[in-house]
Amino acid sequence: MATLATTVKPMGANARRFNLRRQDTIVGWLLIAPSLIIILGVTLQPVLSTLYLSFFDASTSVNLPRTFIGLDNYTNLLQDPVFWQTIGRTMYFMVTSVGLELIVGIGIAQLIHTRPPGWKFLRISLIIPWAVPTIVNGAMWGWIYNGDYGALNGLLYQLGVINKYIPWLIDPARAMNLVILADIWHTVPFVALIIQAALAGLPAELDEAAAVDGASAWDRFWQIRLPLLRPAILVALIIRSVEAFRVFDIVYVITHGGPAFGTVTISYLTYQETFSYGHLGRGAALSFLVSIFTLGIAFIYIRYVYRPGEGA
Amino acid sequence: MCNLRSANWRKHFMGRLVLFAATLPILAFIYLPIAWLVASSTSSRVELSAVPPHWIPQNPSLQNYVDILFPGDQASSTAKTYKVTLQNSLIVATSVTAISLVAGSLAAYALARIQFRFRRTILIGILATRMIPEVSLVIPLYVLASQIGILNTPTVLIFTYLSFALPFAIWLMAAFFETIPAELEDAARIDGCSRIGTLFKIIMPISAPGLVSTGLFVFLTAWDEFFFALIFTSTIAAKTVPVAIAEFTGRYVVDITGMMTGGVLAALPPVIMALAFQRYIVRGLTAGAVKG
Amino acid sequence: MRTLSRFVLAVLVFTLSFGSAAYAANRAAAPVTIHVLTMDQAAMPNDEMDKVAKEFMAANPNVQVEMEYVSYDALHDKFVTAMATNPPPYDVIMVDVIWYEEFVKSGYLADVTDKITPDMRNNVFKTAWNVVTVKDKVYGMPWLVDTKYLYYNQTMLKAAGFDNPPKTWEELITQAKAIKAKGLADYPIDWSWSQAEAAICDFTALVAGNGGQFLDASGKPAFNDAKGVGALQWMVQSLNDGLTNPSSITSVEEDVRGVFSSGKAAFALNWLYMYQKAQFDTKESQITGQVGITTVPVFDAVAKSGVKSASVDGSSGFSVVANSPNKDAAWSFIQYLTSEPTQIKYSDSQTPIWTTSYTGDKLKQLEGVQGGSVIIPIFNEQFQYATVRPRVPYYLEGSKALQLALQQALTKQKTPQQALDDAAATWTKLGSQ
Repeated sequence: MATLATTVKPMGANARRFNLRRQDTIVGWLLIAPSLIIILGVTLQPVLSTLYLSFFDASTSVNLPRTFIGLDNYTNLLQDPVFWQTIGRTMYFMVTSVGLELIVGIGIAQLIHTRPPGWKFLRISLIIPWAVPTIVNGAMWGWIYNGDYGALNGLLYQLGVINKYIPWLIDPARAMNLVILADIWHTVPFVALIIQAALAGLPAELDEAAAVDGASAWDRFWQIRLPLLRPAILVALIIRSVEAFRVFDIVYVITHGGPAFGTVTISYLTYQETFSYGHLGRGAALSFLVSIFTLGIAFIYIRYVYRPGEGA
Repeated sequence: MCNLRSANWRKHFMGRLVLFAATLPILAFIYLPIAWLVASSTSSRVELSAVPPHWIPQNPSLQNYVDILFPGDQASSTAKTYKVTLQNSLIVATSVTAISLVAGSLAAYALARIQFRFRRTILIGILATRMIPEVSLVIPLYVLASQIGILNTPTVLIFTYLSFALPFAIWLMAAFFETIPAELEDAARIDGCSRIGTLFKIIMPISAPGLVSTGLFVFLTAWDEFFFALIFTSTIAAKTVPVAIAEFTGRYVVDITGMMTGGVLAALPPVIMALAFQRYIVRGLTAGAVKG
Repeated sequence: MRTLSRFVLAVLVFTLSFGSAAYAANRAAAPVTIHVLTMDQAAMPNDEMDKVAKEFMAANPNVQVEMEYVSYDALHDKFVTAMATNPPPYDVIMVDVIWYEEFVKSGYLADVTDKITPDMRNNVFKTAWNVVTVKDKVYGMPWLVDTKYLYYNQTMLKAAGFDNPPKTWEELITQAKAIKAKGLADYPIDWSWSQAEAAICDFTALVAGNGGQFLDASGKPAFNDAKGVGALQWMVQSLNDGLTNPSSITSVEEDVRGVFSSGKAAFALNWLYMYQKAQFDTKESQITGQVGITTVPVFDAVAKSGVKSASVDGSSGFSVVANSPNKDAAWSFIQYLTSEPTQIKYSDSQTPIWTTSYTGDKLKQLEGVQGGSVIIPIFNEQFQYATVRPRVPYYLEGSKALQLALQQALTKQKTPQQALDDAAATWTKLGSQ
């Protein structure tokens, strides 16, 4: 690289610019190369392998023959009610948890922004649930929900809300909502901190001017701040949606997909098809469908939010 | 006049009080589960089965921590191996962070600052890889890792974690680099600095906060990862903390005290780091939010 | 730095040599190392397994044994994943009774039929041989013979005025009602009915106790006939009556042990391992010295026909992985692990597979360990009534369908008949593929 840097020799202006440009290209590629090789190795190659596998009737066993079956895995999946139920359940998880996170997160951000007594402590506190590992979060909430000794039962019992312990996770719909609650505990801080950071970046004059005009705090929030927060909200929305759509670990720890498959999400189903049932081809097709969906979200993101290199 | 002022003041005071009151349920929601986690980790197994629960353990003891950090014969096998898994997590997360920062910031610089063909395509491609679910990668990665003989080693995790850590680092660092005024760099280049020279002499020092927050985010994500670790590791040679915690609940082992103690120990490093560097986290989130 | 350079090397290999298995070929160097994948605390605790491995290595200095312990929930999936590679990362695997058909069909396990000596064949439980045998070929060595038992809280039964544990499910309900009426327990019975294999185990015992069958003689599902539906109906009814703890729907065996050991249940179904912990371990149990263990009841009608008990078989074996380059070393380790002396030496957590262990001096030795004088007779009585779950290659998928059916009925989303019919339809479909 040192030699590259010293090859710049005095020349005519045009030639020099051309040379710089060419040199830039070389340097650019050199800088990108290590990352590109790694990323191609650990993502693109596996994705292509998975796509290839999805056209086969393949078992996880290397000893069984693999037959090419074209799009059969996909058509079978798309005709399978279990697939659609799982998609529906995953969408429910995604929409509910991301929706609540946004509402609560924006609320908390707004609250911090008004600087109530102790706002700094609140902001620091938010970092804790966010930093707690997902698996720990799941284990903790699983224990809180425990039907025989859990804290939720204990609390409600002592407050007189319930008169005997309730096994919370025996109802599929309720189990799903409780998994969502656990997820929210972990992720609301992320949304709140992003929005709060964006709020702090808004020019203060805007607000002051509106206050002078006599707009209420509520109007100021809806009409002035919220529109300006749109990019930050969209970022939080998209990042969280992608994450929520492929949720796996928190379900794995709290419910293992039960009861009555009531908390099986699409990633969980893929895991099960591939590793429990050994349907490698079908699992590959499923995971490819998940990829397509998340890439769809990514596309929206790139199309409407991300503007690389346009101004700083 | 005086009356008006005091009325205003009272209104202001009441407003502040309401706002303050609003923070209390949020704080309760944050801290109550954590308090329960910590209380459970200092209880005995018998005390945990009390109904209604003992919110404050009657015989609090650090025995569970001793069992995990200095396991004796009585400790469960999961507890015995826990300390080693903490080390594994540390090795993996640190290595992933180091590699992502080095490779990622070089690439991010090129993508943010240098004009060349396919730049935008590559940037979008890298961004898109962030969206790929782990489950789509796991089987081919497993086969590859097995063929080069690195299964069940920290290496395989370092490797596969780069699939999400590196794109993420590039994305965040590029956002930071773009906020650095171009004039600064132009000035250096006019002074005869090469691209590489500018990067190391001008850009990197200014971007130190960006590096710190990127490093933090990558570290936390790597520490958090569960799925790859579940599939790619099986012994204490490489098993990480999240897998160890999940193993506290098996069909034949539900060790709640061990799990809660393990949970506290697993949460401590990231929580302490996040609190110590909270300024950088907010900065990272800002960069993420501004640039997307 | 070493990690880094290894990493760089790995990147190179990774991107350039996809598809080449050259590396793996050099792995087998003398002395031989065998990798054993087993379950985290199936019966013998891990430290005892480690001891066995050490003893074996001392006797066979040219073989190095690497033990890997994985929780039951992860074991099947981990093994299946591992088998996507050749040569496989494991040489020896613990196989649960319900996995043999699938693993053999997938070609994962080595045929060891010709290694079984007449001595082994004659002196190990016949039912244990059934576990490791597929289509008349032997694919492993039996290791654990286990079945579920009925546990009861002696203090509670006495307080409710019962001197003997129930012999039939009807009797159990009567006793449970009395215990509930006296306020001795909110929910007298605890089960492992979560969405897991554990639920199938309990259901299997109940169906058999009702005179029903899992599959009929032609291999078609029979669990949705009157007997099967009756068993499930009974399960739902015991929930409705408040006799079964509702958290059973989210419980596996360990949760049952927790509830029973804390003195909150009068009755529980569980494997043998619960006895040691509930009866003797004061750290784990609040009812030490009060634990009764007996055979699993049957329904009245079946009892009248002369059948005393019906339980479920939870045995497992150890097998050599088919593509292992170290098959001989692997087999010799399995032989050592399952040999009669080893099994007797470590019998406090599991009963031996050898019928010869249950007579003469060896029997005295077995009965000499803590709890042995209770465990051994009850094992002898119960094991003959252990029902084996269906042996089909698609068992795991079929089991999931049945787990769903049980959960749907227990959570009242479907009637028992409807739920089991649906599961039977899935089962039939799996069988026809």
